[in-house]
Amino acid sequence: MSTVTWHVSVDGHTCIGSGMCAALLPELFALRGATATALRDEVAPDEEVLDAADSCPASAILVTEEGREIGPRP
Amino acid sequence: MTTTRVEPVSYPFNEEEGLDLNEAYAAARDADGMIRVRMPHGEPAWLATRYADVRLVLGDRRFSRAASVDHDEPRMSPGRRPGGILAMDPPDHTRLRTLVAKAFTGRRVELLRPRVADLATGLIRDMKAAGQPADLVEDYALPIPVAVICELLGVPAADRPRFRVWSDAALSTSGLTAEEFGRNRTELLDYMGGLIARHREEPADDLMTALIEARDVRDRLSEEELVDLCVGILIAGHETTASQIPNFVYTLLEQPRRWRRLVENPDLVPAAVEELLRFVPLGAGAGFARYATEDVEVGGVLVRAGEPVLVAIGAANRDGLRFDSADELVLDRADNHHVGFGHGVHHCLGAPLARLELQEALLALLRDLPDLRIAGDITWKTQMLVRGPRSMPIGW
Repeated sequence: MSTVTWHVSVDGHTCIGSGMCAALLPELFALRGATATALRDEVAPDEEVLDAADSCPASAILVTEEGREIGPRP
Repeated sequence: MTTTRVEPVSYPFNEEEGLDLNEAYAAARDADGMIRVRMPHGEPAWLATRYADVRLVLGDRRFSRAASVDHDEPRMSPGRRPGGILAMDPPDHTRLRTLVAKAFTGRRVELLRPRVADLATGLIRDMKAAGQPADLVEDYALPIPVAVICELLGVPAADRPRFRVWSDAALSTSGLTAEEFGRNRTELLDYMGGLIARHREEPADDLMTALIEARDVRDRLSEEELVDLCVGILIAGHETTASQIPNFVYTLLEQPRRWRRLVENPDLVPAAVEELLRFVPLGAGAGFARYATEDVEVGGVLVRAGEPVLVAIGAANRDGLRFDSADELVLDRADNHHVGFGHGVHHCLGAPLARLELQEALLALLRDLPDLRIAGDITWKTQMLVRGPRSMPIGW
């Protein structure tokens, strides 16, 4: 079993509260007032997390693996 | 909690001409629960009008767009329009959306700002050269987003007269039959299919080529989805912005001091654009009903599994529970979290591009035509999903 974890964060300053991530992955993202927040910092690698980062219209979601940026994908 | 059923009221409420928000919305917002409405075709639906209710329905995965396919969806026309990506739920929706999302992120579209500003400046120069009056729609509001989306997608802008007809029909609410919808759609799909074939032979640095690669190399979408997505981007990519440019100018000029304030303070334009996006009810009504996949409580009503809810964006944007002075246009409003671009997974894909185009279109007019005025009778579009002038004579 893989022990690699991804770090997920939402930049509250660039987030526009589109609701995209919270609608896509409610188990990981939630809207708190006007902007979104990640409910956990560390997650098991999951394509859907990268999808959420790619889909964010404000590019406000950052996914890293051991400090290396892996989402949003280029 | 309200569970009694009353006879649904006829919907949509808004007049097609002008940009007023019908007063029936305020009554619906203030009422307990949600009201029941019936559109000209399809089954009755709940109507969400409060900001919190609208955000819940649009942002909660217990509500589905894909389920609309199995129901008699509320709609304006007897025929049903194919929903494309707007009739999908995750994960299918996500698969397609992530393919195009990158092209429309804030960072990416910001690179287009100088090009959009140049386009706007050039069009004003042409209008001045041709003399007054000009038509703000045909000479300015349409050419800007059409040129931008054509370049981005890889469609010849010279074909605008052809796809304008198809686009109009695709967004029409007139009594088009299923056959008429189908015929128009076939022409548009054939046209796009031809462009895709040409791109396959001669790849270019554009979104269509990227989507073709996603299909041919990575098998991320079907051929039908590819064509459909390109059509959707072309139509969605220009019609709304082309309508909002004259809508915004019209709304500002209704009280000339609004226009003057922006002429003197162009730094206010980004905030003013957000406020206009909130304030101007673009839609003639509501469409794209969300279907509950299980029982969900919304605004004091238990929406049963299988029931549709329509969301009134224009009403939510004027909800006094969410916005101070909700019925006033406050050009420098702060923290303006309107739902003008929708909410949830279907939040407008092109929002960053639309924002940028609206900002640059307004900035150029304020700078180069500070004495802009309406110089004749406005003709309004009728029988369309979005409201706005069909022609708007201007002088300066």
